[in-house]
Amino acid sequence: MSTVNCPECEAEITFAEGTEAGEIIVCPDCGVDLEVTAIEPAAVQLAPMEQEDWGE
Amino acid sequence: MQRRLKIGVLYSRVRVEEKWIFGAMEKRGIDYDRLDDRAISFDLEKPEAWQQYDAVLERSISYNSGLYALRLLNAFGVPTVNTAAVAEVCGDKLMTSAVLARDGVPQPHNVTAFSTEAALEAIEAFGYPVVLKPVVGSWGRLLAKINDRDAAEAVLEHKSTLGSVQHSVFYIQEFIEKPGRDLRIIMIGDKVLTGMYRSSEHWITNTARGGSGELCPITSEIEDICLRASKAVGGGLLGVDLVEHPEKGLVVNEINHTMEFHTMQPVSGLDIAGEIVEYVVKTARTLAPHASAGVKDEL
Repeated sequence: MSTVNCPECEAEITFAEGTEAGEIIVCPDCGVDLEVTAIEPAAVQLAPMEQEDWGE
Repeated sequence: MQRRLKIGVLYSRVRVEEKWIFGAMEKRGIDYDRLDDRAISFDLEKPEAWQQYDAVLERSISYNSGLYALRLLNAFGVPTVNTAAVAEVCGDKLMTSAVLARDGVPQPHNVTAFSTEAALEAIEAFGYPVVLKPVVGSWGRLLAKINDRDAAEAVLEHKSTLGSVQHSVFYIQEFIEKPGRDLRIIMIGDKVLTGMYRSSEHWITNTARGGSGELCPITSEIEDICLRASKAVGGGLLGVDLVEHPEKGLVVNEINHTMEFHTMQPVSGLDIAGEIVEYVVKTARTLAPHASAGVKDEL
């Protein structure tokens, strides 16, 4: 099981099964949005801030 | 000669929709590439890198990145879902309104102005409340319900002073007393796939803003207005948002060209991601250059 520390609050985060690179997860401790940048070894970074032209 | 289809999926983030789409690609054994729009570049002297794709599905979160990628891909002769022309219209509420008006498709009453003075005059003529919307934007963000002249003056000044140049296009829409819900209908090609009611106690009923979904039976009226709306914007894979207007009946509020369906898929029980993938494959088979040359595809 891949684990990583939150870059904001250092909480230990375990990836759920089926987590993919590029996915956004939420730190269960501080609630910040994180982007999964790699699965093995596990890596995350703060997710980019929402831009004005984002949407569907 | 047989060759396997090659599909590209352009994306910004792997949301649940992208996970479902990737899963549907893999389930069907389709040869596809994941194309992160932050990592790609287009060399106009080397279109071959992109022409390997028989079709590209555009799922960018950024309207600008998605639109320009589509323009380049279409210029390279690569079929896309949706086309750049459709994205241009659907990504801009004013352009959507213009083509709906051209084709006589029912929509809320809209007025557009390019200065705060002209906008204020138009708002006063409308009467209160009215809604101000950015022409580009989604998820119900930056919508403003204007209840009186004081609010109108304040919001117009803020938009013209603080906003980007696009915020000086004032798109003013009548406020519709809807029954606490609107409708999201999914169109694939010339077929209405499914639909749901989106309910919220807030006047913005977008599920991205906490609205909840409930399956909506597709009536002939819904089918008719959605088909007309789809035709007006150029067709494809679309999320048509309808509102029940107290006098006009169903009206088209907006049309999304890279729609989310994380609420719709479980509500409908349909494999929407699978339907999308089938549509992309059909597009590739129909439009890809090798297909027109009579080359038989093999998945």
